[in-house]
Amino acid sequence: MVPISYYLALSAILFALGVVGFLIKRNLITLFMSIELMLNAVNLAFVAFAWQWKSLNGQVFVFFVMVVAAAEAAVGLAIIIAVFRTRETLNVDRVDLLKL
Amino acid sequence: MLQLVLFFVFGIIAVAAAVNLLAQRHPINSALSLIVVMASLAALFLLMGAEFVAAIQVIVYAGAIMVLFIFVIMLLNAGEEERTPGSRVAMLLGFPAVVLLAGLVAWTVLAHNPHPVTVDLAGRFVGSPTLIAQLLFRDFLLPFEVTSVLILIAIMGAVVLASPAGTTTGPGSPERPPAKREE
Repeated sequence: MVPISYYLALSAILFALGVVGFLIKRNLITLFMSIELMLNAVNLAFVAFAWQWKSLNGQVFVFFVMVVAAAEAAVGLAIIIAVFRTRETLNVDRVDLLKL
Repeated sequence: MLQLVLFFVFGIIAVAAAVNLLAQRHPINSALSLIVVMASLAALFLLMGAEFVAAIQVIVYAGAIMVLFIFVIMLLNAGEEERTPGSRVAMLLGFPAVVLLAGLVAWTVLAHNPHPVTVDLAGRFVGSPTLIAQLLFRDFLLPFEVTSVLILIAIMGAVVLASPAGTTTGPGSPERPPAKREE
């Protein structure tokens, strides 16, 4: 018997770790992974609430979140490749000009 | 009791791997930590009866998406993260802000949770593929079809963005001469 609040607290912790990763990391790819961590934390909350209300809608939402995450990862990594091709760097502090 | 033990085991693994994601400076180590987070979250999903979601968490997330990440890390030959003045400012401001955020989210969720239901594995609530499919192809048919369009657009966008300039003409315009490098 696991109280539902434990799952929600774990979800909040993981989400906050994703936010801190997004704020303190300087590598574009790692920033992207922090976003994936936040999406995962939200998925955990969705599944926990689906369990609490005995409704499968939450799990279907997790499915949609995964689809969006996959699309986002594909496009985002393509953008990272394009940025790297023009700037020769992955450091976000060095990507600060709109035009080369 | 067993569920509580399993929850703490996988929850602690997930949090430790997430902290490791932040502590590591090489992106490949961060990516491997993220895979550990996703795998332990899949175990937690199983604990809550979400069988289908746990399976696609492992196959799609830990499998496909993270392979894409590692592929890009290796393709770009990403090295260790360099420290800049910006990263020091981000560290100083980031940690207090995040502690505040985590406290706020946890307090909101815990204080406004109307029914503190406990999760029981014997509850026979299982998100099997059959039930998920019935929902997905009946109640959520339109969103499901829209996501297929989304995926198609994402594929085309990724191809256009990732290919070098001038090589995306494709077979649709055969009369166009091969791309020349501008001087």
